[in-house]
Amino acid sequence: MDFYGHDNVEGEVAVDRVDGLPHLVVVGNGMAGCRAVEELLARDAGRYRVTIFGAEPHVNYNRIMLSPVLAGEKTFDEIVINDRAWYAENGIELVVGDPVVAIDRGSKRVTAQSGRSVSYDKLLIATGSDPFIIPVPGKDLPGVISFRDMKDVDAMLAAAAQGGDAVVIGGGLLGLEAAHGLTLRGMKVTVLHIMPTLMERQLDEAAGWLLKSALEARGQTILTGADTAEIFGNGHVEGIRLKDGREIPASLVVMAVGIRPSVALARACGLEIGRGIKVDDHMVTSDPDVLAVGECVEHDGNVYGLVAPLWEMCRSLADGLVGQHSGYRGSVTSTKLKVAGLDVFSAGDFSGSDGAEDIVLRDASRGVYKRVVVKDDRVVGAVLYGDTADGGWYFDLLKKGEDVSAIRDMLIFGQAYAFGGGQADPLEAVAALADDAEVCGCNGVSKGQVVACIEGGATTLDAVRGTCKASASCGSCTGLVEKLLTLTLGDGYAGERAVKTLCKCTSFGHDDVRREIVAQGMKSIPEVMQKLHWSTPDGCSSCRPALNYYLLCAWPGEYRDDQQSRFVNERLHANIQKDGTYSVVPRMWGGLTNPRELRAIADVVEKYNAPMVKVTGGQRLDIFGIRKEDLPAVWADLNAAGMVSGHAYAKALRTVKTCVGSEWCRFGTQDSTGLGVKLEKMSWGSWMPHKFKIAVSGCPRNCAEATIKDFGVICVDSGYELHVGGNGGIKVRATDLLCKVSTEPEAMEHCAAFIQLYREEARYLERTAPWIERVGLDYLKARIVDDDEGREALAARFHLSQSFSQDDPWAERAAGQDREQHAHMAHFMPLAAE
Amino acid sequence: MIGEWLDIGWLEQIPVRGSRTVPVEGGEEIAVFRTADNKVFALANRCPHKKGPLSQGIVHGHSVSCPLHNWRIALATGEAQGEDKGCTPTIPVKVSGGRVLLCRASTLKAAA
Ligand code: SRM
Ligand SMILES: Cc1cc2nc3c(=O)[nH]c(=O)nc-3n(C[C@H](O)[C@H](O)[C@H](O)COP(=O)(O)OP(=O)(O)OC[C@H]3O[C@@H](n4cnc5c(N)ncnc54)[C@H](O)[C@@H]3O)c2cc1C
Ligand code: SF4
Ligand code: FES
Repeated sequence: MDFYGHDNVEGEVAVDRVDGLPHLVVVGNGMAGCRAVEELLARDAGRYRVTIFGAEPHVNYNRIMLSPVLAGEKTFDEIVINDRAWYAENGIELVVGDPVVAIDRGSKRVTAQSGRSVSYDKLLIATGSDPFIIPVPGKDLPGVISFRDMKDVDAMLAAAAQGGDAVVIGGGLLGLEAAHGLTLRGMKVTVLHIMPTLMERQLDEAAGWLLKSALEARGQTILTGADTAEIFGNGHVEGIRLKDGREIPASLVVMAVGIRPSVALARACGLEIGRGIKVDDHMVTSDPDVLAVGECVEHDGNVYGLVAPLWEMCRSLADGLVGQHSGYRGSVTSTKLKVAGLDVFSAGDFSGSDGAEDIVLRDASRGVYKRVVVKDDRVVGAVLYGDTADGGWYFDLLKKGEDVSAIRDMLIFGQAYAFGGGQADPLEAVAALADDAEVCGCNGVSKGQVVACIEGGATTLDAVRGTCKASASCGSCTGLVEKLLTLTLGDGYAGERAVKTLCKCTSFGHDDVRREIVAQGMKSIPEVMQKLHWSTPDGCSSCRPALNYYLLCAWPGEYRDDQQSRFVNERLHANIQKDGTYSVVPRMWGGLTNPRELRAIADVVEKYNAPMVKVTGGQRLDIFGIRKEDLPAVWADLNAAGMVSGHAYAKALRTVKTCVGSEWCRFGTQDSTGLGVKLEKMSWGSWMPHKFKIAVSGCPRNCAEATIKDFGVICVDSGYELHVGGNGGIKVRATDLLCKVSTEPEAMEHCAAFIQLYREEARYLERTAPWIERVGLDYLKARIVDDDEGREALAARFHLSQSFSQDDPWAERAAGQDREQHAHMAHFMPLAAE
Repeated sequence: MIGEWLDIGWLEQIPVRGSRTVPVEGGEEIAVFRTADNKVFALANRCPHKKGPLSQGIVHGHSVSCPLHNWRIALATGEAQGEDKGCTPTIPVKVSGGRVLLCRASTLKAAA
């Protein structure tokens, strides 16, 4: 049927150009369409006759307030922007519940679903966006909805009235607001997010982690890295299945994974389309009589999903329509999450591009994280969590591109501080604090009390901590207390920092970090960084591996190893060589081998063309020159012969060297080989602060060089001498004699206890030799030899931890786990012509 | 038609704070990095110091620490940071529709 020239339909419509004014027809009665009309009316109310078509059965309402409506904080009436009276007063004809289905640019007419057809002089397309529906099986089941308009809110409220479980797919702004509303409405909500952190486009890892913890504390289940495979249900949604097989029950599924500009109508009538409808600086499309505005447009390569840019677009559009020339230049956006009690703000570019500098402030006791990114003395981005009061100020500095070098030091403290009383430097700001201002929130200590305590003779940080308790708990006020020491003592205060910090990202030392991980029950790297005020957003190559180890040690079986915080060797389970190939060392228990193993090694060497195979200083064989891609296949072959990883690459147990001992040797006193094998079976696979080597010699001739090992056993007629803290490396150190025991089980228990004490108390990358020099042999004796209960407890903790770590990483890889780590992403073969 | 960009796969195929490699026939391997904030960078997979495979380093912020001797290389410029001097070639890269695209001309130049 031909809509356009249809006389019957034409007759029903108000006659065009009734008052001689040019006719502006608006498609889309949403936020941008109506705002554009408002802007136009404000400039020249008599210029156009206006007709607005809306697909929704409502007057124009504030879409962003749908979240508070869902949460029960607002009613629909309260979010209406333009009521019926407004349309009437301004002579605007409003057609609701009747979407436009065709545009004929030749005859300049639009036709709606009902058949109603009108001609235009100027057409404005403001159709907004369509929610993106992920193409999974079950996406069309009843109970699967998106979150875009009032109809969706009604559907959610109806579902919530029944109670039960809801799944929200998408951990962005929209998804989290939906989840919040549904939680308040009494549903049990699970949020599925495909990325590792929430709102990753607006927040960095640190803020994303804080947000996740806060939402979990409110009873939501947040699954990150969760990829939906299928939505299932019989006639109505019943649940969702993830790609990893997990199933989550749900009577309601809200898809909030993103939006796409709504361009179907514009495309059908032949307008130029990119990601959105292409417009110029006055919102004119490729047809001079057709304009477009809002989320449906693409301007200068950008599309927007927030309202602030739309307001700016509407101004330029109206200027253009009345012949003024301003021109839209694109927008910088900022984001706030509308969830009561959670303050989140982000703006600009906080990716820390080249030459950009991060200023980070973390206040763990208040749950605050602030990060301002400065480049060439200008604010280019900001992420705020917990305290967003200064969001507007940073955004303003950012948009204006103001030079902040003069207030650089105070910037992170916010506007009040930076300009309050004109203090030029942090010291003056602290000096200006009132005497009753609270310095230490944890212990409720005021500035006056700290100063009194310093004047009373506490002239170091430790002394202050010991006397008035300021800075003795979470440590976040350490900087303030140090400034008070400086202010009070002047030159008399030499500064501290006797404790070497873990790295330059933190002011805490290794021991403080370890203690706090356990004391505060911290379970992830971002959590440690937040609670201990890391000064960088995601650490560095020094602290990440250390934290990963400390967490692994503190929470065996619970903490999930972070592969990206490991040095390449521990990530790929082989030793990297100078040419980028890898060496492979299978375990040979106690230095023992057999024909089957030797044959398998020989086969691997031939099959993969390994250029060299060598007997190592640790009594086993090392195969060199294996390519990263071949590693899993090499391991599969070695596994088949019963061999597992020798961890020659790991901060873990390396080798247990043995000598032949009483089995064969004419001097041997005990079965040193057998004990070595037992010790190796007990200890392999355990992650430690540094590498760890054991040896067992069958008599004091010490053929296995046990007295330069981390743990060495010298067998004697009456039992076993246990030696600790030896090192044959850069600085040779002979062992100290820990004690003598008479049975093998005792030797094993002492070994387990020693390893566990080392695991729990040494600093990352500190081998046993320097550790013992630091803590003293007497301390070890007190813990391991004299304290029977303590030793048993240490050994028990070691065995518990081992119950989670003795999986051969090679077998896991050979079976396909993390296979991608070894494969190239793609291969590129240039064509001959190129 | 030879396009300007080479499509090498989905962004999700690169681990966050990690990297994947793309060998170029007759040329140099390229390392494609993904940072914690989901930015993507591509460099020749070769440290300016002694050719360490940068793809295997630890990624932090917008830098990678070389696995061989721990030089820190800026991902955006390929330049060594701090005291160390040297630069590794970068390859323009972008993400579009979730796909990672390498600049064809630069990839070829790296191959030459
Ligand atoms: C292969 C081997 C040499 C050999 O061909 O025999 C070897 C090779 C390496 N040693 Fe070693 N060490 C080897 C036995 C030793 C020994 C002898 C021993 O264990 O009885 C020592 C002295 C004993 C000791 O550790 O106390 C030894 C002291 C070191 C050191 C100095 C450690 C120290 O605390 O001072 C390093 C450097 C480090 O770890 O930071 C090191 C580091 C290395 C590394 C891992 C260098 C590196 O970081 O890339 C070498 C690479 C191994 C590879 O690619 O496979 N290697 N290294 C030996 C492997 C033993 C094994 O089967 O696992
Ligand atoms: C729940 C929610 C919360 C949000 N929160 C925020 C926030 O906090 N901050 C922020 O900045 N932004 C927020 N947004 C985004 C903001 O609402 C949008 O950017 C804004 O509404 C876009 O305006 P628009 O006019 O382009 O599109 P819309 O407001 O969607 O208007 C388009 C209208 O056109 C209609 N239409 C489509 N096709 C046709 C047709 N063929 N014929 C007739 N009519 C048609 C649609 O039904 C719709 O009513 C939020 C969005 C949602 C859904
Ligand atoms: S020194 Fe070693 S090899 Fe010699 S007798 Fe003692 S145990 Fe046996
Ligand atoms: S090769 Fe990269 S630091 Fe030496």
